[in-house]
Amino acid sequence: MASLLEVDALTIGFGNAPPVVKDVSFSVHAGETLALVGESGSGKTLTCRSVLRILPEAAQLRSGSVTFAGQDGTVDLLKAPERQMRAIRGDRISMIFQEPMRSLSPLHRLGNQVVEVLHLHRDIGKAEAKRRVLEQFEKVGFADAERAWSSYPFEMSGGMRQRAMIAMAMVAQPALLIADEPTTALDVTTQAQVLGLINALQKETGMAVILVTHDLGVVANMAQHVVVMNKGRVMEAGRAEDVLGRPAHGYTAKLFAAAPMIPTVATPARAVNHDDVILDLKNVTKSFTMRAGGWSKPKIITACRDVNLKVARGKTTAVVGESGSGKTTCARVALGAERPDAGGEVLFRPLANEPALPVHAMTSSQRTAFQRQAQMVFQDPYSSLSPRMRVMEALTEPMEIHGIGNRSDRKDKAAEMLRWVGLDPDMLRRYPHAFSGGQRQRLSIARALTLDPKLLICDEPTSALDVSVQDQILSLLEDIRDRAKLSYLFISHDLAVVARIADEVAVMRAGVIVEQAPPDTLFYNPQHPYTKALIAAQPEPDLTRPIDLDLVAKGAGSPTTWPEMFRFEGNTAPALRELAPGHMVRCHA
Amino acid sequence: MMLLRFAVFRLLSMLLTLWVVSILVFIIINLPPGDFLSNQIAELRATGQAEGVAKAEFLRQEYALDRPLWEQYFIWVGMMPGPNGFSGLLQGDFGWSFEFDRPVGEIVGDALWLTVLVNLAAVLFVYAVALPLGILAAAKSETWVDYTAGFVGYLGLATPNFLLALMLFYYGNKYFDLPIGGLMGPQYEGEPMSWDKVKSILLHLIVPTFVIGTSGAAAMMQRLRANMLDELSKPYVETAKAKGMAPVRMLSKYPLRMAFNPFVADIGNLLPAMVSGSVLVSVVLGLQTIGPSLLTALKSQDQFLAAFVLMFVALLTLIGTMISDLLLVLLDPRIRYGDRG
Repeated sequence: MASLLEVDALTIGFGNAPPVVKDVSFSVHAGETLALVGESGSGKTLTCRSVLRILPEAAQLRSGSVTFAGQDGTVDLLKAPERQMRAIRGDRISMIFQEPMRSLSPLHRLGNQVVEVLHLHRDIGKAEAKRRVLEQFEKVGFADAERAWSSYPFEMSGGMRQRAMIAMAMVAQPALLIADEPTTALDVTTQAQVLGLINALQKETGMAVILVTHDLGVVANMAQHVVVMNKGRVMEAGRAEDVLGRPAHGYTAKLFAAAPMIPTVATPARAVNHDDVILDLKNVTKSFTMRAGGWSKPKIITACRDVNLKVARGKTTAVVGESGSGKTTCARVALGAERPDAGGEVLFRPLANEPALPVHAMTSSQRTAFQRQAQMVFQDPYSSLSPRMRVMEALTEPMEIHGIGNRSDRKDKAAEMLRWVGLDPDMLRRYPHAFSGGQRQRLSIARALTLDPKLLICDEPTSALDVSVQDQILSLLEDIRDRAKLSYLFISHDLAVVARIADEVAVMRAGVIVEQAPPDTLFYNPQHPYTKALIAAQPEPDLTRPIDLDLVAKGAGSPTTWPEMFRFEGNTAPALRELAPGHMVRCHA
Repeated sequence: MMLLRFAVFRLLSMLLTLWVVSILVFIIINLPPGDFLSNQIAELRATGQAEGVAKAEFLRQEYALDRPLWEQYFIWVGMMPGPNGFSGLLQGDFGWSFEFDRPVGEIVGDALWLTVLVNLAAVLFVYAVALPLGILAAAKSETWVDYTAGFVGYLGLATPNFLLALMLFYYGNKYFDLPIGGLMGPQYEGEPMSWDKVKSILLHLIVPTFVIGTSGAAAMMQRLRANMLDELSKPYVETAKAKGMAPVRMLSKYPLRMAFNPFVADIGNLLPAMVSGSVLVSVVLGLQTIGPSLLTALKSQDQFLAAFVLMFVALLTLIGTMISDLLLVLLDPRIRYGDRG
């Protein structure tokens, strides 16, 4: 069978620099999925964009060819005139992008944006075009297609927007769909559903898909062929079962080793000992009042409700949940940045046998001490370090603020902390832009450590990083916890990451904790449908363990669609019940 | 429906603002010691013209300038009856100009409409020039088109208006036979509206519009270019390209709509900036706008005239902001449906 798309010796570069994509070749056949896998900077995105020739202006296509077998003969997409390219874009080859939030125009209705494709490429009337778009909306899972037609993107959740993007890409029934990290910005359960949708549409229409991703789990669930890229070159290519089953190249093997996985465990874990608790959230509820404009009534939004969490000294308690589940609000309340509603309190016990202090009712000297003893590590290492401060200044500033030591003491401490996180003290004089994402996250961990904290609150510390780097940072965090006797409150959306580092996990959804247990117990015997959905939705780099979409669908919906035992609406959530020692589930009796 | 509610809300807040402005204007005008009449009386006394003093004293009483300040304010606004039938702004009596010895309403009458006309023409000119040039400069950024547009723009910003006015008058008259100075041929002044008068006004408008508008257009062009460049790097532009849209249509449908918001929001600032900015130009060009009267009134503490002109400019500003606010609501669904959920 002739291939649909043939990329041959593609080389792309910028300016006079050496090429960033070099000699990349692969081919895609009709009806199959090819995955381009690689970490950031591997050139996978440039490669897939060169197919449609929507590259940044400075990029030069230096050599190679991209041959597309269209309806009327083959075309070299790199040399085709612009007018012909426009006819192909959106019609024969279409594309979905990573960020559904920003890839749709916020000022135009979804229907308008989608139907535009038909008006551009098909000579059909308005009514017929609308009919086809509504049909496509139904296919991608909009319950009310007519409503989706007249909605604006900002009225929809991320998953719904990505569905609209898919509808836009599919409405002209292209021969080839290029999906550039289509699910990276989505929650894991939404990701599972969107991947399932792409699979189903592909079966129905017989189109080919090029899937660009960094996630081997996604590859295992989607692709028949895999191309692994690193630094602009193809490392390994072949059928999915070969590449995933017996990786031949060292780089592929390294990617595999780093990919976080939810373990399948044989026995439940022992309950965590709560005798010595460093941080204790008691009945924490936090609601915000949203002031609507004009004369409308203010709305009250409860970000988290009735949260009870304990962090045992020297252990890690993890809070897992999707965006909007209230996990970050919990962290902010724990740090004292937000005051919980009346009735809730947060207790902090700096030393084992000392009395616990209420975080929200401290004297100013207690508060200063608390601010030293509890530190935070943020999600995005690119924006949490000031680009105008040298590493030295960034690391010594906290000590300066708290008046610790003199200049040379502070410098020694900063150098020592750099060594702790695996960086060279020579780097003190550099600016953050000279560091990679992983190194920056090490820097922000080092900064948090300079005050000798007892408690570290980590808010998604690895979500912005590549898998291999993510693995290193997790190891570092574990290492430091044991070395400095730290306790962690670890916030994440990723069960696999949590599986590795946590001693106790609380799963949050819609502002409440739905299940709480040590990770092994959670994976051995998950009780709550949402937990089950989270586990099922996690894409595993293993062809024999595909995502179970039914299980995801059962738990991922809103709490009103859960099985009767767990169902609730609004403020009426049932209580957390202890099923086994240390294993709590929110369900009706 | 929501738009109507918003409009009413804005109108109410606009009236409130206008009221506060009136207090401020009144206080500021009365800050310098003395007033036009007390200055005049002192001068007349010094030169020994007794009958003039009597007239001035009469006017002082007529317009309540001998009362305490707060009473003067309420009488001026028209919330309190003044002596001898002076009824105040709210009743449409704008007071007496001591400098020109005529009622304020009579002095500003025509000038008011000509001011609005000149400035509206300038605003239209600003938009008509800035819009295409700004888009072009952004779409062809860092090519000769961009550089030329930028150069012309900065030239427009940097050239003093009155200099530009003199040059344009000279060359416009020499090569195109354009009239010099004024807003209409002298034979039409005080005449009722006629086709010839309209033609004459339009012909006279060309140079002033250009002079008042250039710097505004240059500034706005640069802002639009910067906005467009920001928008052009957003992912939704890529989406549109991947759909197979042709560049012109793509530009005008997506990034331009987004870059338009600040453009619209500027309407409010543009109007007053032009009115006050065009004072000098009006003096140089001999335009019968409100600008020159404001200048004279402020110099000679002619308080009713000055206060009226300032109130008028404030009203223009408020109307401008209101128009831009309403347009924004119409243009941007995020403002309109932000809470539809």
